[in-house]
Amino acid sequence: MIELAYTVTAWMPGWMQAIAIILMKISLLMMPLLLGVAYLTFAERKIIGYMQVRVGPNRVGPRGWLQPIADSLKLMFKEIVIPSSANRFLFLLSPLLAFAPALAAWAVIPFDDHLVIADINAGLLYVLAITSLGVYGIILAGWASNSKYAFLGAIRSGAQMVSYEIAMGFALVGVIMAAGSLNLGQIVQAQATGLGLFSWFWLPLLPLFVIYFISGVAETNRAPFDVAEGESEIVAGFHVDYSGMAFAVFFLAEYANMILIAALASLLFLGGWLSPFDGLPVLGPLFDWVPGIVWMLAKMSFFLLLFLWLRATFPRYRYDQIMRLGWKVFIPLTLVWIMVTGVLVVGEVGPWFGHGEG
Amino acid sequence: MGIEKFLFYFFAAILLVAATLVITVRNPVRAALSLVLAFFASAALWMLLEAEFLALVLVLVYVGAVMVLFLFVVMMIDIDLAQVKEGFSRMLPAGIAVAVGLVVVMAVVVGPEHFGLEGFGEVPRHGADYNNTRELGMALFTTFVYPFELAALILLVAIVAAIALTLRRRPGTRHQNPAEQVAVNAAERVRVVKMAAEPRDDAPVPTAEPGESKEEPR
Repeated sequence: MIELAYTVTAWMPGWMQAIAIILMKISLLMMPLLLGVAYLTFAERKIIGYMQVRVGPNRVGPRGWLQPIADSLKLMFKEIVIPSSANRFLFLLSPLLAFAPALAAWAVIPFDDHLVIADINAGLLYVLAITSLGVYGIILAGWASNSKYAFLGAIRSGAQMVSYEIAMGFALVGVIMAAGSLNLGQIVQAQATGLGLFSWFWLPLLPLFVIYFISGVAETNRAPFDVAEGESEIVAGFHVDYSGMAFAVFFLAEYANMILIAALASLLFLGGWLSPFDGLPVLGPLFDWVPGIVWMLAKMSFFLLLFLWLRATFPRYRYDQIMRLGWKVFIPLTLVWIMVTGVLVVGEVGPWFGHGEG
Repeated sequence: MGIEKFLFYFFAAILLVAATLVITVRNPVRAALSLVLAFFASAALWMLLEAEFLALVLVLVYVGAVMVLFLFVVMMIDIDLAQVKEGFSRMLPAGIAVAVGLVVVMAVVVGPEHFGLEGFGEVPRHGADYNNTRELGMALFTTFVYPFELAALILLVAIVAAIALTLRRRPGTRHQNPAEQVAVNAAERVRVVKMAAEPRDDAPVPTAEPGESKEEPR
């Protein structure tokens, strides 16, 4: 594949070829990602529909399969209304500020052994840093709209994201200690100790795994943590004044972030592209032919289903309860489990920490 | 001009423009955003210095957390620009004098000739397997472990002090305890009372079917 790209671009000068190859890689990642975002909205409506004994969208195309295409076309042709007293520049800038980090973080996500755009040392730190920028889009959208509802939503969302980032960061500290590396590829490799799905980090780091995923749900402002857009109280929160494509970009950012959290959870706790039967007596050789990216996508799909399942199951948290959960439950729990992880790593306990890293 | 030099000048130019905007722009929210851009550009410059850990932490801590709180404050206060700018022209000569004095002093004291840069030569480049994060961690937890732990302790004291200063319970305000509220279960909130159906006085026939019980939430 990569050889083909080099032969096609062989006529270019060196620097141009490098840029062309990078652009090709980016578009190879972006196109499936955006398609995934589009069909995640469809899957959400269908799955929640079936959970509530409805059919979900089934009119556009065969069995409703063209619904996301129709939705995006409709949004593209809608007028973008700018409120008369809004800050024009920031109003139009904030959807981009929300969307760009959601895409930029994908640069370091590996899908298979060495199937990654940028294999950098501090990959996990990069993801944390870039995703922490997403909050600007939301805060600025709320402020620039010059509306009380939007501003309330922005403040709620900002406080929530900053709070849950701490618990999330601590959960990642546990993973980093266990793997002895910040590189996402090496974190996955550290989970390949030949016991199949029992050698992954979800087992020794179970509390961190649960906290990471719940914080991820809170971080993406998804139900039951979606007070930022609580429609019963503040209409739609920070994007109440947005319409057309500007609104759609916020939507895209939210769903791209969901897929990102799903990818990170699979990489850090469920062994990324590793087969769940790796090293097991009978099943291991039986499933050897499955390419790693299939496992990776299957794990991501599982987490995405969890996102939708949570939304269909739980009522919305009240704001003070969200803050209590983040600060008084998750942060102490993660701190305790970081200590436990330290002991486990020093004692080289079980199959997980016996490889003498770090 | 190599790509690295180009990137340096590109980000340095962004940094300078953004830093200038922080103090010249009228809208305080835009000023805060310019500061964010300045942080971002300096993170990119650190990245060029092979200090990727510092660069990413700068983005994570300052851009991702500190400036968000800054923005909160700036967005919620209503700054009266006319009041802030009062006496601007009267103070201008003194301000210019101070600024010029500062620039001259800085140029004299921190000029490049005082550091003997010629003696250092070019900074050695590291290979692709050089791990800045690991090197920093090794230095912090071996050579500089005591200063590092002292700094951590001072920060902890600062956190406790900040919380102690702001933690106050005014008498007379009502509080909810979310922990208690979350722990409550249905049996504590609703009492189901079962009672036999009674016929209405004016009704010719009893409307309730025999055997059906009436549930009344309280």
